[in-house]
Amino acid sequence: MRLSERILGGLRGWTFAMEPEIQERLGRLAAAQNEFGVDPFGLDLEFTVAALAPMVWLYKHYFRVEVEGLEGLPEGRLLLIANHSGQLPFDGAMIGVSLFLHAEPPRAIRAMVEKWVPSLPYVSTFMARAGQVVGTPENCRRLLAADETILVFPEGVRGISKLYRDRYQLQEFGHGFMRLALETDTPVVPVAVIGAEEQAPAFVNVKPLADLLAMPAFPITPTILPLPLPAKYRIRFGAPMRFTGRPDDDDEELSQKVKSVKAELQGMINAGVQARPHVFW
Amino acid sequence: MAARAKAKGEGGAAASARDDRREASAAEAPGAGAADGVAITGISGNLGRALAKVLHGRERLVGIDRRPFRGKPKDLEMHEVDIRRNKAEGVFRKGRLKALIHMGIMHDPRMSTEDHHSFNVLGTTRVLDYCVRHGVRKVVVLSSANVYGPSPDNSNFLTEDSPLMASQRFSEMRDLIAVDMYAQSFFYRHPEIETVVLRPVHVVGAAIKNAPSNYLRLPRPWALMGFDPMVQLIHVEDACRAMAAALAPGVRGVYNVVGPGEVPLSAILRELGRDPVPVPHVIARPLLRRLFDLHLSGFPPPELDYLQWGCTVDGSRFVKDTGYAPRHTLKETIHSVVGE
Repeated sequence: MRLSERILGGLRGWTFAMEPEIQERLGRLAAAQNEFGVDPFGLDLEFTVAALAPMVWLYKHYFRVEVEGLEGLPEGRLLLIANHSGQLPFDGAMIGVSLFLHAEPPRAIRAMVEKWVPSLPYVSTFMARAGQVVGTPENCRRLLAADETILVFPEGVRGISKLYRDRYQLQEFGHGFMRLALETDTPVVPVAVIGAEEQAPAFVNVKPLADLLAMPAFPITPTILPLPLPAKYRIRFGAPMRFTGRPDDDDEELSQKVKSVKAELQGMINAGVQARPHVFW
Repeated sequence: MAARAKAKGEGGAAASARDDRREASAAEAPGAGAADGVAITGISGNLGRALAKVLHGRERLVGIDRRPFRGKPKDLEMHEVDIRRNKAEGVFRKGRLKALIHMGIMHDPRMSTEDHHSFNVLGTTRVLDYCVRHGVRKVVVLSSANVYGPSPDNSNFLTEDSPLMASQRFSEMRDLIAVDMYAQSFFYRHPEIETVVLRPVHVVGAAIKNAPSNYLRLPRPWALMGFDPMVQLIHVEDACRAMAAALAPGVRGVYNVVGPGEVPLSAILRELGRDPVPVPHVIARPLLRRLFDLHLSGFPPPELDYLQWGCTVDGSRFVKDTGYAPRHTLKETIHSVVGE
């Protein structure tokens, strides 16, 4: 216990050393913390700042993230819809860091994690304290009602564990996010992440092994373990899209709206891939 | 007890429930046959006694329990009967009751399932039947938020319409779910009776001997390595006040009842100065199974699910409909487990 507290303290110090203004930004994060330092969903800002340290380092020195479009974010609740790639969800972490460090006002994002995450030791606790919640519609609705920022990868596992030959091709989108956007009248902001595809190009996905380990996929990458290569990240926040309609519409209706988001995002991705000078810098 | 009380007269009297309430505090109920009594099953248990303390002086209480009520207030009418026996019906026939609070539900992990089932499920059907036959207009059944069951894919705040999944992994919970579901069907079959099903989160208190309270009193409790679910506790007095609030006229339906908030399990243990023993979840279950079978531990292995995953609920509907609010803070609630 004492050791873990020392480690957390050290990590917090590291975060503050890298980004001194975080302290001030933390104060402006309107979070509903109780006397034990957690909000009702289990987000612990102290812990989050410690957990951020390696992510901030990756953000600044490893992936050297370039961000665009933050100034166009509307106030209040948001559904961020991003492409998912790279075998390990560093794309989510980098989007989170960018909003924590650079959005005005600062935002602590809530990613909707896969239902198998809470069954993993340590990972589950880490995710919960860092504000990530299980991706049930009920959780999402509740967070949006509280004006939170939610990051959704509508491709889910299909996106993150796709093979290198499919890079930057959006996979099938789930419809859930659109239902929630309509129900809660939340603006949808497409977010294109360029670079994550190259961090861990997967050549094959060993399905039987994945099933054996109860993992969604078991990719074989150049680093064997899906450790990321230092690709350069470029994150672009698009213009907010607003939708009206009934959340319980036919799938047909809904899918038209989902398609428009997907098309917008694919356009942003294509433009981003075209415009970048190089994969690694 | 007033043999002249007629079941017929009770319906009309219930309409002026508010007046009855005021009269009840005068202790000597008028012989007019007003149905003003509140029956409490399971009153002799620790929770029952706490409830009696909250309601005593406000309502005319009629206790029903097969165990004696230690430290019973003199003016409290007590019937030492098994709720399944015909004698128990007599209490309803003659008791001039306006309400029943049914918490005669037992969970003893060492008891055989047949005994459990007979007492819990059969007992519940019987007492609810008595209410129909003898014109009791309000029924409050104490269930538990445990009926949802801890699971990795639970939403963080389960609402009342979430499926009751607890018995999937913890078969001893079947009774509790059966009682809850029976009370729900009773709600629909008897619109003339205001039925309330309360599902409070883990009730804790110095005198309370349920699994969560016992667990939090261990000096070196197990913790599952790498898991730290959010937990909701409710102070026993707050739980009792919630049951009292459910007696208010007009309140009906299924309600989650929460205490002062959510907190990670590790924070509760730290607050109590506990020194948890981290056990990997893969060996914890077989190990606890062995210990339980050898009577070295009083915790059945499925209880470990509560140390691994969340089973936290949304209690806002009850707050909205009754104005109930917990009086004890998070810290007070946590410390109440050891009587501080």
